[in-house]
Amino acid sequence: MKLPRWFHQLGSPPYVYRLAERLSPWLGWSGCLLIAVGALWGLFGAPPDFRQGEVYRIIYIHPQTSYVGMMAYVVMAVAGAVGFIWRIKLAHAVAVSAAPIGASFVLCSLITGAIWGRPTWGTYWEWGDPRIMSQTLLLFLFLGYLALRASFEDRDKADRVSAILAVVGVVNIPIIHYSVEWWNSLHQGPSITRLDEPAIHASMLVPFLIMVAGFTFFFYWLLLNRLQGEIVERERDARWVQELVSGGRP
Amino acid sequence: MGAFRAIVLRDLRVAFRRWSEVANPFVFFAVVVALFPLSLSPSAPELRSIGVGVVWIAALLSSLLALDGLFRNDAEDGSLEQLLLSPVPFGVTVLAKIAAHWLVSVLPLVLLVPLSALSFRLPASGLPTLAFALLLATPSLSVLLALGAALTVSLKRGGAIIGLLILPLAAPLLIFGTRATDFALHGEPVAGPLYLLAAMAAAAVSLGPPAVAAALKVGLE
Amino acid sequence: MIEVLAMGGDGAYVWSAYGITLAVLAGNVWAARRRRQAALERARASGGAERPRRRPTVRQLQ
Repeated sequence: MKLPRWFHQLGSPPYVYRLAERLSPWLGWSGCLLIAVGALWGLFGAPPDFRQGEVYRIIYIHPQTSYVGMMAYVVMAVAGAVGFIWRIKLAHAVAVSAAPIGASFVLCSLITGAIWGRPTWGTYWEWGDPRIMSQTLLLFLFLGYLALRASFEDRDKADRVSAILAVVGVVNIPIIHYSVEWWNSLHQGPSITRLDEPAIHASMLVPFLIMVAGFTFFFYWLLLNRLQGEIVERERDARWVQELVSGGRP
Repeated sequence: MGAFRAIVLRDLRVAFRRWSEVANPFVFFAVVVALFPLSLSPSAPELRSIGVGVVWIAALLSSLLALDGLFRNDAEDGSLEQLLLSPVPFGVTVLAKIAAHWLVSVLPLVLLVPLSALSFRLPASGLPTLAFALLLATPSLSVLLALGAALTVSLKRGGAIIGLLILPLAAPLLIFGTRATDFALHGEPVAGPLYLLAAMAAAAVSLGPPAVAAALKVGLE
Repeated sequence: MIEVLAMGGDGAYVWSAYGITLAVLAGNVWAARRRRQAALERARASGGAERPRRRPTVRQLQ
């Protein structure tokens, strides 16, 4: 298969390092700006929810963090697959960089979900909720990936072995999600009191989407930052890295 | 096909020579099952309500213990490398080894689990479904176990993290397996979850071996 | 002002959720920056020591 030129360029560490250097400020500032605007709008601009009151405002951060967590897993698996199939070390560096970010966001979404659950469902943790369960399992998948990597000393081997695990995981995530939904549908007794979610009103939707965009940009900004560190770590003794650290422009 | 059978037979012979190693997980299973009534309550209604879950989880945990015989021993004495270099497609080799491991280390659970379920006062009417659900769930479980064993084959102490790697992936098997048994106990139709288990088994057996083979190739380098 | 911040009595929930999320975002930035800085430090310290010597070209051998 003939691959386009940009594909090969994206396999070149110095090229990607400099590309990240150039993209970083744009992603970072727009991410921060969007999050700031969305948070202020969501906290003070948007009207209170007619059923949940003010506490619903967690909706502007909680779904976004869980969405970023899932996106991070997909990025990790796709990058791992690309690295495995075409033997591109840089793709593995992307996969490694996505994992800790994703894990932290999933953990954050579980915590904010628990905080939100307390006033709305009356409990911090509801084993019967399919979203909590699939997020918990996603966190375990991330932790398994990180643990597997950590137990290898040879970086090249860790890259390829963990890529296989990530791909198997990403194939399994829909199955896990579906099975947990199905399991929940059997248990929905009267003991679980839950506010059903009506369609979201436009005045709430706009800050919600701003936050989604903000978190997405922020994630890719973090990813590029980590990727740069990972590239330097892997290419420590390459000529261009040495030129970079000795002050000269690469 | 001849090679497939030869590898299965060879692995079975090896397993019978190390029978104490092979028997360990089943003893572990029995111990775990015995601990639940001790830690909860010996009263019949309570045992009945937790029984299905207890035996499934005990089976899942004990299956994690017998994984050295799958690839590790063969990788350490070099015979796995020989198999990799032989003209037999490596996917077939892997499938044969998974099949042999399933026969020796997993299939006995299909008998043990319903037996211990009886001791939890589960009505005998649910046992055929329980055994059938196990029969359908264990091939997928075996593929996952093989994947865990293959990913960690080159690690000195790989056993510890296999559970963390594959137990989350085994959650769907646990869900559908226990629900099928529960449905049978309550006289509801069990076909739905059993079909889903069968579909997962088909997917795991066809898609799994290439992934396991790829992981082994990396590990053996 | 106080009334707005109290979030109708649910202030503790809303603000702790936002605070934790902010901490996670900031912590991620800090960790990423620190890793990159540390990698650059290590590269500087190693000074290209492990760089494989460029093989001599045919011309140089002659």
